[in-house]
Amino acid sequence: MKTLIKSTGFALAAAAALGLSGTAGASEAIKIGVTQPLTGPVAASGNYVVQGAKIAESFLNESGGILGHKVELIVEDNKSNPKEAVATAEKLIVRDKVPVLMGAWSSTYTLAVMPKLIEYGVPMVVETSSSGKITTSGNPWIFRISPTSAMEAKSFGTKVDQFGIKKADFLVVNNDWGRGAASAFSAMLKSKGISVGVVETMDAKAQDLSAQLAKIKASGGDTLFVTTGVEQITLVLKQAKEQRVTHRVITTGGSSSPDQLIAQAGAAAEGSYHLLFFAPWFPEAAPNPDVAKKFVDEWNKRGHNFAGLTEGFRGHDGIMTIAAGIEAAGKAEPDAIRQALWGVKVDGVNGDISFIKQGPAGKESGQNVPNVYIVTIKDGKVALP
Amino acid sequence: MDRFLQHLLNALMLGGTYALLGIGLTMIFGIMRVVNFTHGELYTFGAYMVFFFAMTLSTNFFLALVFAMVLGVALGAAIEFVLLRPLRGASIDTTMLIMIGAWIALQNSEQLVWTGVAKSVIHPFPAEPVVLGPLSVSWIRIFVFCVAILLIVGAHLLIHRTRLGKAMRSTFQDRETAALMGVNINAIQTATFALGSGLAAAAGALLGPVFVLVPSMGDMAALKSFAIVILGGLGSFKGATLGGFMLALVEEMGAGYISSGYRDAMGFLIIIVVLIFRPTGLFARAERIG
Repeated sequence: MKTLIKSTGFALAAAAALGLSGTAGASEAIKIGVTQPLTGPVAASGNYVVQGAKIAESFLNESGGILGHKVELIVEDNKSNPKEAVATAEKLIVRDKVPVLMGAWSSTYTLAVMPKLIEYGVPMVVETSSSGKITTSGNPWIFRISPTSAMEAKSFGTKVDQFGIKKADFLVVNNDWGRGAASAFSAMLKSKGISVGVVETMDAKAQDLSAQLAKIKASGGDTLFVTTGVEQITLVLKQAKEQRVTHRVITTGGSSSPDQLIAQAGAAAEGSYHLLFFAPWFPEAAPNPDVAKKFVDEWNKRGHNFAGLTEGFRGHDGIMTIAAGIEAAGKAEPDAIRQALWGVKVDGVNGDISFIKQGPAGKESGQNVPNVYIVTIKDGKVALP
Repeated sequence: MDRFLQHLLNALMLGGTYALLGIGLTMIFGIMRVVNFTHGELYTFGAYMVFFFAMTLSTNFFLALVFAMVLGVALGAAIEFVLLRPLRGASIDTTMLIMIGAWIALQNSEQLVWTGVAKSVIHPFPAEPVVLGPLSVSWIRIFVFCVAILLIVGAHLLIHRTRLGKAMRSTFQDRETAALMGVNINAIQTATFALGSGLAAAAGALLGPVFVLVPSMGDMAALKSFAIVILGGLGSFKGATLGGFMLALVEEMGAGYISSGYRDAMGFLIIIVVLIFRPTGLFARAERIG
């Protein structure tokens, strides 16, 4: 019994010491919560975003941190699952007491997290999701740096004439991202007098897409718009070749990692076009070439997969935006950061980041207007069309 | 009409591997009364082993397939020996929980070893498809279909024409009586689990080069296997074979003519219909294996 009391006493003392050092640490470092899919079907993309975010963390700390404090990322795995995304956001806010979040990759995960931001009053910078609903549903805690599907479609619309499309078909992942992209792009195409054939969907985990492709082949279109992650784009390209689907393939959403497609789909990737938000092969052509080059160099120095750069830059830009917000707020408090984010101007890898208002008056969300690039795969290499 | 025939051909190709997956799972349930949640992970394991041998070690592609299947059998035997043997006689809930744990552990190990970045296996078949009039199908899919059929026939012969198969069937009918007749129940259970796992690994090894490899690929395979087994009747070899082809056909036609968004729902819809009219599945009878 004596030993029990003794050991309990010791444990209490240890816990108290840990607790003390915990608070001491918190007053030194500014924490930023990150929720990304590190496991599950879109794990590759989520890991790239985190690698990019960690590079931004190092850059910030090398230049003295924010407001004289070190920056500390707390990264949680949302397991490619909207329920887990909510759980990770809640954990980061309640247990780690982060004043600001970045996440959650897929539109479906982001939409799931959004009510929690209102509940706890914590802002989130959205780095990847493109569903229009995110910034139009009246959530004042959302600041999105990635383009909406409608912005992407509009940007592509300025170049659509050079593709000579007569009839387009769609094959999209069956979630908010895919369906949102299909409706935004078909609206844009119809406004240009281009007819839209079939709109086919696929489960995010589906590997056999032969039924969808047989239907697309029979529709008689000349161009196929594909919106999904790189794993499924690989399958679409391979299986389209097997079934002799002769459509020109254009991927949207910026998650196509063309180098990975060249490596894995081989000849089937030849002649496909990809909408991206960063073209790491040509950093000198970026709006902020110095920022882009510094990021690409650090990425390569760390030995990260080059194919991941088209995803990884999102993590960098997201964390840099948050850092600018905290700097402008003058303190690491959620509401102060939210207000300050409206005024930030960040030189990002994608371009200049700042926020315009979207959504119902009085509870607008912040939306950045990013740059969109088109690349093509020619002779097994990425080229500008 | 052309499109209908193409859908039919696609369903046939897909059905072969579905059947293989279903047979492996139904054998294990029929003989051991174990709900095998690791089935999908064995599928993933088979696919990654082909990648390891064919791509990392540059072994001959066909040899890599054989190695992957043999290792699948070995992993199955190991799971049975380490996890299931000590649980003999435990309640079905305990076994189920252990198998769910093994499923999560295996999937996370795969992610740890191979990372979340998708992998591709380069196969030696021509990239240009075989063209039959308006239809086309790739060489690799024809190869996969033929090997799947061979494995199904092989498994059928093993169960119906060999001493081991006879012992398996007798264990299925009545475990105690079989033991009294001199059947080594422990050995039979290990053999059954190893064989069932080997078939799942074979399906993964065959389909890996057709698709791309990601650590979570087994989840969908496991879900389909359970659907096939329920459709065909728990423990029925014939049911799993036909169930596999039926599920592929329903999915393909459902996606082609109704809505691709409900492709995976079609399979479950047909299960509901079958279970309403035949609550034990299409082919379940008293003597299930065989």
